[in-house]
Amino acid sequence: MVPLSYYLIFAALLFCIGLFGVLARRNAIVILMGIELMLNAVNINLIAFWRYRTPEIVTGMAFAVMVFAVAAAEVAVGLALFISIYRRRKTVTADEIDMLKW
Amino acid sequence: MTIDTLVWLIPVPPVLAFFLIVLFTNRSKPLSHIIAVGAAALSWLAVLVVVTQALQIDHLGQHPIESQIPWLPTGDTWYLIGILVDPLTVGTLFFVAWTIFMIFIYSVGYQNYGQPKGDHDQPGLPPHGKTVEDQNGHKFKIPSIEPLYSRFFAFLGLFAFGMYVLVVSDNLLTLFIGWEIMGLCSYLLIGFWYAKLSARAAMIKAFITTRVGDMFLLLGIVYLYTMTGTLTFREIFTTETLHMLADTPSGFLGLSAAAVMGILIFIGVIGKSAQWPLHVWLPDAMEGPTPVSAMIHAATMVSAGVYLVIRMYPLLSAGAEHGGVTPPMMAMAVIGTFTGLFAATIAVAQNDVKRVLAYSTISQLGYMIAALGVGAYVAAAFHLINHAFFKALLFLGSGSVIHGMEHGLLHTGDDVDPQDMFNMGGLRKKMPITFWTFLIGGLALSGFPLVTAGFWSKDEILADAYTHRQWLVFGTLAFAALLTAFYTMRQITLTFLGKPRSKSAEHAVESKWTMTVPLIILSFFGITAGWVNIPETFPILGRLVPNFFHDFIAETLAEHPEAVTFNWVPLLTSVVVSLGGLYLGWMVYRRVKEGAEDPLEKPLGPVFTLLKNKYYFDELYDFLFVRPAKWLAGTFTYLWMDRTAIDGILHGLARIAYALGGIFRNWIDKPIVNGFGDAVGDVVKRLGHSFRYIQTGRVQQYMVMALVIAFGALFYYLFRFFIP
Repeated sequence: MVPLSYYLIFAALLFCIGLFGVLARRNAIVILMGIELMLNAVNINLIAFWRYRTPEIVTGMAFAVMVFAVAAAEVAVGLALFISIYRRRKTVTADEIDMLKW
Repeated sequence: MTIDTLVWLIPVPPVLAFFLIVLFTNRSKPLSHIIAVGAAALSWLAVLVVVTQALQIDHLGQHPIESQIPWLPTGDTWYLIGILVDPLTVGTLFFVAWTIFMIFIYSVGYQNYGQPKGDHDQPGLPPHGKTVEDQNGHKFKIPSIEPLYSRFFAFLGLFAFGMYVLVVSDNLLTLFIGWEIMGLCSYLLIGFWYAKLSARAAMIKAFITTRVGDMFLLLGIVYLYTMTGTLTFREIFTTETLHMLADTPSGFLGLSAAAVMGILIFIGVIGKSAQWPLHVWLPDAMEGPTPVSAMIHAATMVSAGVYLVIRMYPLLSAGAEHGGVTPPMMAMAVIGTFTGLFAATIAVAQNDVKRVLAYSTISQLGYMIAALGVGAYVAAAFHLINHAFFKALLFLGSGSVIHGMEHGLLHTGDDVDPQDMFNMGGLRKKMPITFWTFLIGGLALSGFPLVTAGFWSKDEILADAYTHRQWLVFGTLAFAALLTAFYTMRQITLTFLGKPRSKSAEHAVESKWTMTVPLIILSFFGITAGWVNIPETFPILGRLVPNFFHDFIAETLAEHPEAVTFNWVPLLTSVVVSLGGLYLGWMVYRRVKEGAEDPLEKPLGPVFTLLKNKYYFDELYDFLFVRPAKWLAGTFTYLWMDRTAIDGILHGLARIAYALGGIFRNWIDKPIVNGFGDAVGDVVKRLGHSFRYIQTGRVQQYMVMALVIAFGALFYYLFRFFIP
């Protein structure tokens, strides 16, 4: 059986790819995709720890399902926001969406 | 309805009229006077029924009509108020009801009901007349209606209420309430034309002067209540109570309690009945409309004073042995006699038709007081009733004269004083009804023998004084009677006889029926009111005319005063002074020409000036009381106490507080409190300035920052907990 550490390393890699996408890409939709990657990395961790540590209770799976639901809702809201921003400012570039500036 | 219920109801209609007029009908002049006159008529009718019923009761003095109700809780007991109709009340009610009713009717005419509104009339001023034009285009003025017509009737109603309450009361408290209501109404009515400065001054003078007396009266009432625990007449006038009061020393000048009470009550009467030295308000009260003068000087207020002393006579005379004189009676004899003469002398030198009557009233009231002082109880009551009738008649007559003169004044556009008798003359032909009724009143006042009411009552007072051997009183009153006849004839001669002395007098016209009918009715009483008390011992007439009055009134007292036996000396005296005075008055004044001065002015010289100026009493009081009071108020209280002392203290306190406030402000508030607050604000502001540069508005930079901080925190904890 594949040892737990493999899963954890894979998840960490996936998280870093997602984090890079969030921090480095300018397109807001890509940033959103990065966030999805990070969430999924977390999900892998949850499932892995569940399978290896406490397979007798379903907490890990349940938590992962909860994260899916939150991610789906987040995407729905995030995309709706981007569409709205695009309509007003004709762009989805993160650098240009700086109305909160002082 | 039983008779005592009816007595309770006597005062009610006038006060209802007052409230109805004030609250509802004051905009409608006809409605107001209908209500007021109707109310006076109702009371008058009730009085007539009560008087008729009371006269049918045998020995009314012992069995008066009375009823009481509990009014005020006084500890465990109740203060009872009630009504009492004894012979004295019957007599008083009779003249009060007649005169009040007549005055109400007369007021309708006097205040020019039915005339148009004036051109420039203003509330608070007498009406000035309205200009009209006849067919030929000739312009002239006619009288105009009083602007405050409704208000006048409302006040009259309240006044009548006060008088009726006073007369039917069976106790001193409700009597005092009626007394004070009249005081208020006299104030309101004297100042009825309140826009006139003189009327305002007169109203204040009347109110304050009578207030001086009322204060003492109240003290007397309080003392009486403290001593006896009751104010009901029938309870005070029991033999035991009177003896108790007469035997208790008051600790004041060695007088008995009864004497002190008597004197205090008498001082109240001095104020109300305008006796010397509180007489000054009454002549000035002539500023009011003439019906008011009649109301105050005949029917109601001044009579109320004499009514009170007659009512309180058992107390005033308590402690006197047979024929003896108590200190209050002594005071009354002295003041009454003095006032009788004093006022009569002033009346001789007055030119204002109403002022002569005012002083004559003071003088006649002095007669009544003096009569009581010598123990002539019945004579005083008798003169009170007669005087009310003929003095009301004279006042209303003088009002009619003034009215006629004002008519002439408006018609001709003349500019003379319509009340000055030297501008009149010859009015006999212009105003016949007024002349004849005034003549009857005047003759009654001067005591024209045998026919008039005044003769019988005045004669009885003189006879009483003579029989009681009060020579000084007798002599003085006889001399005053001479003067009375003299000035009355002077007034009649100057006003009605001879030739007109001004254009206004030439154009005077007789007054309307609303004014002349009351005159005729009152002149009927001015003659006949005297016939009820012709002494039985009087030659011939005494046997012809039955005398029921003396015994009737005398029954009011527990000890019936005996009628004095007939004596020729007082009779001849009163006949001589009356006829002599009348003759002298006619002789001196029958030939006064237009613009002439008073024929007495030359021969009397400075005495005449003294009389004309009323012995300078107004000036004396001005010097003694008014100016010190003004100085006290203006200089002492206002300038020294108020402005200097009290204001000074207050201003000083304020200045200290202001300085302290300054110190606190500059040393504590500004540097510490404000400084701290400002510093907090500054620091926050500067911090904000410094930190605003991290607020880039870029999401990814925020994210980086969050990550850096998160990792920083993570590493911190890792090192802290896992690497010891």
